[in-house]
Amino acid sequence: MAADVKPFIGSKASPHQESEAEELRQEHLMLDPMPRNEMNQMVMEAMTTTTRKWWAWVIGLGLAVAVLLVGAWGYMIATGMGVAGIRRPVYWGVFIVTFVFWIGISHAGTFVSAILRVFKAEYRRPFTRAAELMTTFGLAAGAIYPLIHLGRVWVFYWMIPYPNARWLWPNFRSPLVWDFFAITTYLLSSTIYLFLPLIPDMAMARDRSTGWRHFIYKLLALGWRGTEAEWFRLRKAISIFAYAIIPVMFSVHTIVSWDFAVGMVSGWQSSIFGPYFIIGAILSGVSAVVTILYILRSTMKNMDYFIRKEHFDALGKLILVFSMAWAYFFFNEYILAWYGGDAALKQVLTLHATGPSAWVWYTMLICNVAIPWLFLWNKKVRRTPWLMFIITLLVNVGMYAERYTIIPLTLGHQRSPFDWGIYNPTIVEVSIALGTLCLFIFLYLIASRIIPLVPVWEVQEGQMSHTLRKIGKTEIPSVTELE
Amino acid sequence: MTELLAKTAQDEKWGMVIDLDICSGCQACVTACSMENNIPFVGEDEMAYGRGMQWMRIRRYWEGEYPEVTPNHQPMLCQQCGSAPCEPVCPVFATLHSEVEKINLQVYNRCIGTRYCANNCPYHARTFNWFDYEIPAPMNSYFNPDVTVRRRGVMEKCTFCVQRIVKGRQQASADGREMEDGDVTPACAQACPTDAITFGNLTDPESRVSKMVRSDRAYKELENLGTEPRVTYLKGGKSYGG
Repeated sequence: MAADVKPFIGSKASPHQESEAEELRQEHLMLDPMPRNEMNQMVMEAMTTTTRKWWAWVIGLGLAVAVLLVGAWGYMIATGMGVAGIRRPVYWGVFIVTFVFWIGISHAGTFVSAILRVFKAEYRRPFTRAAELMTTFGLAAGAIYPLIHLGRVWVFYWMIPYPNARWLWPNFRSPLVWDFFAITTYLLSSTIYLFLPLIPDMAMARDRSTGWRHFIYKLLALGWRGTEAEWFRLRKAISIFAYAIIPVMFSVHTIVSWDFAVGMVSGWQSSIFGPYFIIGAILSGVSAVVTILYILRSTMKNMDYFIRKEHFDALGKLILVFSMAWAYFFFNEYILAWYGGDAALKQVLTLHATGPSAWVWYTMLICNVAIPWLFLWNKKVRRTPWLMFIITLLVNVGMYAERYTIIPLTLGHQRSPFDWGIYNPTIVEVSIALGTLCLFIFLYLIASRIIPLVPVWEVQEGQMSHTLRKIGKTEIPSVTELE
Repeated sequence: MTELLAKTAQDEKWGMVIDLDICSGCQACVTACSMENNIPFVGEDEMAYGRGMQWMRIRRYWEGEYPEVTPNHQPMLCQQCGSAPCEPVCPVFATLHSEVEKINLQVYNRCIGTRYCANNCPYHARTFNWFDYEIPAPMNSYFNPDVTVRRRGVMEKCTFCVQRIVKGRQQASADGREMEDGDVTPACAQACPTDAITFGNLTDPESRVSKMVRSDRAYKELENLGTEPRVTYLKGGKSYGG
């Protein structure tokens, strides 16, 4: 249906104009429609193809999760927190760093899916789901860290307000309790937000599958038939959620930043930490989306039709903007605090740049500022997927270094020089951190073969609203307002 | 008798004064504290890595340029802050203020080990049980029956020997009198060979601590943070010795 909308006005186009239109079609997914059934088939095929290599990865990652995450964590529970490298005065180390990192990654989905949806950025359509999945799995990987880092994890439920005989409640003044509520809210709402746009695609998959798949999709499609009323309600629900989840997203990373900002630690007490962390999270999240899109495009069938250079281009621009915003906040947090003249704070900030772990600080600045600024202004770079893959990976290395600077490196050099200390992560900490990375990839791999990674109906809807129209002698793309 | 107990309880606000001018840094207080409070020994390596379990530590600073250096000793312990930064951040109320002694308590059984309180303590006065530390026989016979033995994964810190405060209060009420200055002496003060540590009730203006707090030499550690420490240090400099 979308394919036959070609309102060419006037007489037969010249060969020159024909090629121009062809170029536009190759460039933009939205202008390159495909018969609906064919596209559904492509997505189904991408989802059901499991190569031997895929199985090898799944099994390998499953084992890695069992050994690196479950094994190391179990060992730590049985022996004590001492197997981690933390010590006085650095009581928080890699665990909290990785926790903040994953919560940051989880901002990708909401940003791409909700904010770009609200602003009607059309290029978002083919990868909203890929980003939403990152939110859910990033949260899954991050949310276990508040448990991992507990000295006595077996009584973790004391942080939850539950009725008990002694009327003991958690301390609502503690940011850790706020964290618990913020992350739970975000996990629930982002899961619902992932599920809502999935319903029509589940119905699509249900109609094209047999066996156990058919059974699962039938359950998840909630009896979707595609009537006008159903579409109306779905759009309404998605629209409400898209608006509602944006403040939730902002609140989550603000509250994570308050774990530090409310503390009486020089270098943590900062009123700018909330927005600073949010910008950092979005920078890291959007970069991770590009990383994942590159992997999906080069490993999954038919993905090069959906994920095109234009998407890398558009996301590259976003990353550049957020890198600049991050630098702005960094400047405010750092230089202005410096001018404040507080001796302890000055000491902390000086040691970030000159202390024994200064390389972490320089890694942060090189990866978060120098690399995006030097490369992403260039359209050719933005349109080269493998280059974007490397750049976005480096941005996330930089963001990890940022959290590392803020947490252990700041804690190590507080007000009393007698109590200064350097922290070295141990193999257990590194292994648990890698274990959650494996968990994230493992969940993503499994999900990529169970749910359609491309929101087919959104792409089709977009293609129906996009047309090439001839105005004068040139053809220009035009968009019809849908919602 | 219960009336007397209730009355004493209202007038309690314990404080400590440490005279740095006569402290010789001999670590007797550290040892006494470990014995009194069942503090485990973590071994040389862990100690060097910064995991010593001492509730009271001697901070040593060097004054002057090498080779003309003088050591400065500062016994550092929980300052029992009136407005304690460790308290609001604990998610489970494991660290809180006692209404009677007005000191900062740590409830070991409630602690889940987030270690947030230790990060937030500007004095680094808290120690964490990184492992279950074994205390081999016959060393286990030194255990003080009045103090809990802690397990791995919980935070701990100086309690101003709260068990001795309770004992002193009970003794006074058994004798049918009010508590007097000198009824309670924590282990560190008892062991100090130069009598550099004085302990007492700050609500009594005539107690020794109250008088010493008013000294010209008195200062409180990192007072500018607004933590209202209950430990006062005396430091006068050269003419006072030290």
